[in-house]
Amino acid sequence: MIAERIVATTRSFESVGVGDELPPLVLPMTRTFILATAIASRDYFEGHHDPDIAIRKGSKDIFMNILTTNGLVGRFVTDWAGPDAFLKRVSIRLGAPNYPGDTMTITGKVTGKDDAGATVDVELVGANSMGNHVTGTVRVRLPRAPDEAGAEVVP
Amino acid sequence: MTDTETFYAELQAFAGIEVGKPMFGPDLVNAPMIRHWCEAMGDGLAIYIDAEAAAASAHGGIVAPPTMLQAWVMRGLEGLKGRPDSPYSDLLNKLDAAGFSSVVAVNCDQEYERYLRPGDALSMRTTIESVSAEKKTGLGVGHFVTSRQSYYDQHNELVGSMVFRILKFRPPAPSTGVPAGASSRPKRPRPTPTDDGTFFFEAAKVHKLMVQRCADCGYYQYPPHVACQQCQSYSVVPTEVSGKGEIYSFVVTHYPQVPSFHYPLSVALIQLDEGPRMISNIVGTDPSELAIGMGVMVSFVDCDDELTLPMFTVVNR
Repeated sequence: MIAERIVATTRSFESVGVGDELPPLVLPMTRTFILATAIASRDYFEGHHDPDIAIRKGSKDIFMNILTTNGLVGRFVTDWAGPDAFLKRVSIRLGAPNYPGDTMTITGKVTGKDDAGATVDVELVGANSMGNHVTGTVRVRLPRAPDEAGAEVVP
Repeated sequence: MTDTETFYAELQAFAGIEVGKPMFGPDLVNAPMIRHWCEAMGDGLAIYIDAEAAAASAHGGIVAPPTMLQAWVMRGLEGLKGRPDSPYSDLLNKLDAAGFSSVVAVNCDQEYERYLRPGDALSMRTTIESVSAEKKTGLGVGHFVTSRQSYYDQHNELVGSMVFRILKFRPPAPSTGVPAGASSRPKRPRPTPTDDGTFFFEAAKVHKLMVQRCADCGYYQYPPHVACQQCQSYSVVPTEVSGKGEIYSFVVTHYPQVPSFHYPLSVALIQLDEGPRMISNIVGTDPSELAIGMGVMVSFVDCDDELTLPMFTVVNR
């Protein structure tokens, strides 16, 4: 599943255009996923692993943590951009929680290019059955295409 | 100054101040934690996990996913032991004490100066950027708190930063207790009494449940009409009833949510012992425990200074 989404070579700044859509990232919200990502991000807040405490604190169930939202949003863009890309900024707005049993699908497209810094802006939405879990913009720097002499221009 | 203004002024004292000591990551940036993160996230990008491919990439070696920034200084199980001693904690505690005890994250903006590599030693400094005035939001009344976390490496150079905005808000009252917290939400919609129906709301104000009764045939009716629905007599007289009945039918409304009501909202059709049926709310019982046929008794809820409504509580009959 991972291999199908990830590009082995990096997209060049010149090769992408405003309006390009990124491959969607479909993420089933299993309990295992919510728990594994919380622990991998060293987030032991009970709301991310203990249903009893989560419900007592007013939640419907355990829910995915924000560090994971950042991680997934970054992955969504780097899967598409490739290994030589550099994430510069991840700017997100948070909405509906991700509860177990739901599925979040991240979609997005290129909305801006800055030639000076060879950066591209991707606007994205991560939606689940309740609405948007996350909306945001990711800025990523891409390598420039090799020039006519065949040498890659260092960004 | 009103109390709200005074409180806001006190909150502003926190804006712009740096919070306590820098926090240090308990571990150096390291490959096992990077690999663990990538495994959990399903992130298979080679520059994080494959030394050979990473060396051949523009990164020149294994790097940490930049979005992992915050994870390096997370307090882990220590974080469960309560807030550390800092002005940020003081601010949150102050908001808690004022009733803004719930929290929800609203925005998170991360910027990366460079990718981190195994061996980097991270520290973090937090500044409280701003505290908003009291705002009405979909979740309740609250204050937005914006903080900035700046991350430095072992050479004290900035490697990344994060602006984090939370809403500290007053939680809605539990659905079983209608009056609690009522002041924090808009008032319930006003009824528009007619000439025939004004008596009903006037009676409710003095905690009496009244419907019409026909002076000629004895028929009880609700809602009010000009004439008796059974014998067409015009002698329909407002009459107090027992307030006893049972749930004939009900629905529990979750969505859409109107700010002046508490959700989930139990809306029931009550079969009164005297005969008429009346639509009202069930209070004091979790909506998930309601059932058709349950006995109920009227209970008057003072929604605000101007409005009292008869609602019903479940009773054993």
